[in-house]
Amino acid sequence: MEITVRGLLTMIHGMGFGALYLLACMGAIVELGRHYSPAAETPPTAKDDAFLRAYLLGMIALAWFAVLTGAYIIYPWYRAVPPPGTADLAGFPQRLLMGSPATIGWHSIGMEWKEHVAWLAPIAITMAAAVFMKYGRNLRRHPELRSAVLSFVLISFVAAGIAGFFGAMLDKHAPVEGGGTIQLMHGEQP
Amino acid sequence: MNAKTASTSHDSAQPSNGSGAAAILAAGIGSLMVALLAIAADKWAGLKNMMVFYKPTGPLSGVTTCAIAVWILMWVILEMRWRRRTVAVTRVTTAALVLLGLSLLLTFPPIADLF
Repeated sequence: MEITVRGLLTMIHGMGFGALYLLACMGAIVELGRHYSPAAETPPTAKDDAFLRAYLLGMIALAWFAVLTGAYIIYPWYRAVPPPGTADLAGFPQRLLMGSPATIGWHSIGMEWKEHVAWLAPIAITMAAAVFMKYGRNLRRHPELRSAVLSFVLISFVAAGIAGFFGAMLDKHAPVEGGGTIQLMHGEQP
Repeated sequence: MNAKTASTSHDSAQPSNGSGAAAILAAGIGSLMVALLAIAADKWAGLKNMMVFYKPTGPLSGVTTCAIAVWILMWVILEMRWRRRTVAVTRVTTAALVLLGLSLLLTFPPIADLF
């Protein structure tokens, strides 16, 4: 059971940071909606505040790690240009996708959208977290700010979801592979 | 958004909402900058070359770095102007959400390619 270095880093980018961020978005929406609504039966405690602060800081880290590893580690491998005359494009995902009318859309629409829309997620969640850090429990007294924070977390989720969907589909049609090989486990002989 | 028309004097009974509004509007502007710079870099070859801050990543490196710089700069400016004010957050949020919605649409290649 082997995995390439590029495959492992792509998995960490997509599943470690991206997918975990998507899951975390739902938790933030529920928590903000449940505890910080002006109509909430039980007002948030200092412990709730501290928890959500740490949670949102974690989300900021996940979102920025996802886009930065995507843009500066995975994307250069994705867009690498093969030497002239290269017949096997397996190590050059962008060129592999562009080589067939059946797959070119995954690059020209999928990757082109993903590489830009993904950045809206960390911007939006950083804003949402900053507003929460500033106001905390006082958000109950600022329903407009609370609605804005919730809206931005939701849009951040949508942006990350678009990027995640196309990331998964791109990796399905033209996986980023290469580099060294890591032996994970030895299977049983048949 | 004109801060003078959108703001009222600070009500001491409630903490000012200006800092929150500054963060919200700056995020909307920063998001739109990602889309606008991506379209501009795609349209003008000279700008595209200028946006290559890190060659392996190509113009995406400059587009996103510049957009983030604009976002943070706008955040600092708005924070300095609004931090002690109570501003019309509903209007600010609506404007920011429109900017964010536009950036979602304008980063979609079939729409971006119309320009």
